[in-house]
Amino acid sequence: MEMIRPTRMVDLLADRIARLGRAGVFLSTALWQGLTPPWRLYPVVRQIHFIGARSLPVIVVAGTFVGMVVALQFHDTLLRFGAVGLLGAAVGLSLVRELGPVITALVIIGRAGSALCAEISIMRNEHQIDALDCMAVDPYRFLIAPRLLAAIISVPLLTAIFIGVGIGGGYFVGVVLFGLSPGAYLGGMFDSVLWRDLVMGTVKGSVFGLLMAWICLAKGFFLHLDPAGAHGSEGVSRVTTDAVVLASISVLFSDYLISALIL
Amino acid sequence: MPAPAQSVPAAGPVESTALPPVIEAHNLSSHYGTRQVLFDIDLTVGPGEIMVIMGHSGCGKTTLFRHLLGLKAPSTGTVRVLGQDLAGLDRSGIYRLRKRLGVAFQNGALFSSMSVRENVELPLHEHTRLDRNTIRIMSRLKLNFMRLAEHEDLMPAQLSGGMLKRAGLARAVVMDPQLLFFDEPSAGLDPVSAAELDRLILDLRGAMKMSIVIITHELQSVFNIADRIMVMHAGRNLLTGTPDEVRSSSDRRIVHMLNRSPHQEEFDADRYLRTLTGEEQ
Repeated sequence: MEMIRPTRMVDLLADRIARLGRAGVFLSTALWQGLTPPWRLYPVVRQIHFIGARSLPVIVVAGTFVGMVVALQFHDTLLRFGAVGLLGAAVGLSLVRELGPVITALVIIGRAGSALCAEISIMRNEHQIDALDCMAVDPYRFLIAPRLLAAIISVPLLTAIFIGVGIGGGYFVGVVLFGLSPGAYLGGMFDSVLWRDLVMGTVKGSVFGLLMAWICLAKGFFLHLDPAGAHGSEGVSRVTTDAVVLASISVLFSDYLISALIL
Repeated sequence: MPAPAQSVPAAGPVESTALPPVIEAHNLSSHYGTRQVLFDIDLTVGPGEIMVIMGHSGCGKTTLFRHLLGLKAPSTGTVRVLGQDLAGLDRSGIYRLRKRLGVAFQNGALFSSMSVRENVELPLHEHTRLDRNTIRIMSRLKLNFMRLAEHEDLMPAQLSGGMLKRAGLARAVVMDPQLLFFDEPSAGLDPVSAAELDRLILDLRGAMKMSIVIITHELQSVFNIADRIMVMHAGRNLLTGTPDEVRSSSDRRIVHMLNRSPHQEEFDADRYLRTLTGEEQ
């Protein structure tokens, strides 16, 4: 097995620190450009349409089936302990606290995050970002900030829709298929889901939206600084894959952190 | 040891000689990591002048282009554009300066989600408070100049290579810049389209009195449009002079370049063997 020389390790560490610093500056610059005047609503609305509205069908389908399968699994488990009346509470809590935010984020990373990364990296590849810079148009304000803000707004809303549809899917399995009373299903849910749980779901949705957009946009934006140095279609393909993997892992990691902080 | 650059007096347009130069680069050196790619470049471009920077691929033309645009900071030396030292400018200063420049990229660099007209109108929307109709008229004027008016609603993916370059050029000049940069105008074009683009560049200079810096390795274009030519080789400036002075240069590397033959160092068999056996790096 090949040993890594100390100087190489120092270089690797320095590279990682430089990348982290670059990503931090990227995020703060994009947020600053997005939150300071002159504000332009139309580009943000356009991106909300892309990230949010156009993701609705997949979120509705995913939410319905996740709600149904969660109800099915909980029904089987609770039946063994004679606690089927808690089905609504179990479905509601698991969707609001965990499954809703996490699965929504993973679906949005696959659908919109990859597209954002590919779009920005192709723009970098074809010198469109250099062209903006040369026209004295700040690429952070023009390209990055609207997409970042749109993700922060859209993902919590999509999470809420996912949870609502999931509860509906659970209702169908619990009440329609297994004959649980509607009052028991919904009443148990309303009694057990607290404000704190809703806050957790909302916070997670916003943080995941920010993480998804930050990682995917930064990966595409810094394509030209990629250490592997492969540009063109190969470079775009690689940074997009990297972005999706890194964003997904970051969502799962931050999910644990937020849960540990709030619970 | 590379030969020093031959010094030749500027031969720009006569009316421009009393005015200060639009670009002055002195002792410009540049590195990518530890690798030096530009060596002590000196360059002066006068007002209204068309300066062509030519050389083989990889000779440092594009790096020099990035320095002149302030996209890359030099390792040593200074670059002054329109009288301003780029090293002394912060981001907003650079942006104020760039509003007076136009840049046309090799492939047009048009935004693929916008039509040709929207691409051309973009700088006007971003930097002026003109109403939509006025912006429309101004962009139409430039598109007419580039013979693209009937294609203004097409998307970039629907344009030919020559049309893409002309659309990029229309966007670059829509703010009436004092100085235009054009990266590889003729690259990838058929001779007729290349000649048409050369004609457009000359017409632009005539109509808008702008200085133009062009980077290219297409010899035909170079001699069609240049007032002066800077010949680069391996990151060094071999010669700056008029087209006639470049043609009559006796520098072996320039002669090879003009004859379209690759320049080759004489083969040293002994040194090659020493390299193989590790005696020499």
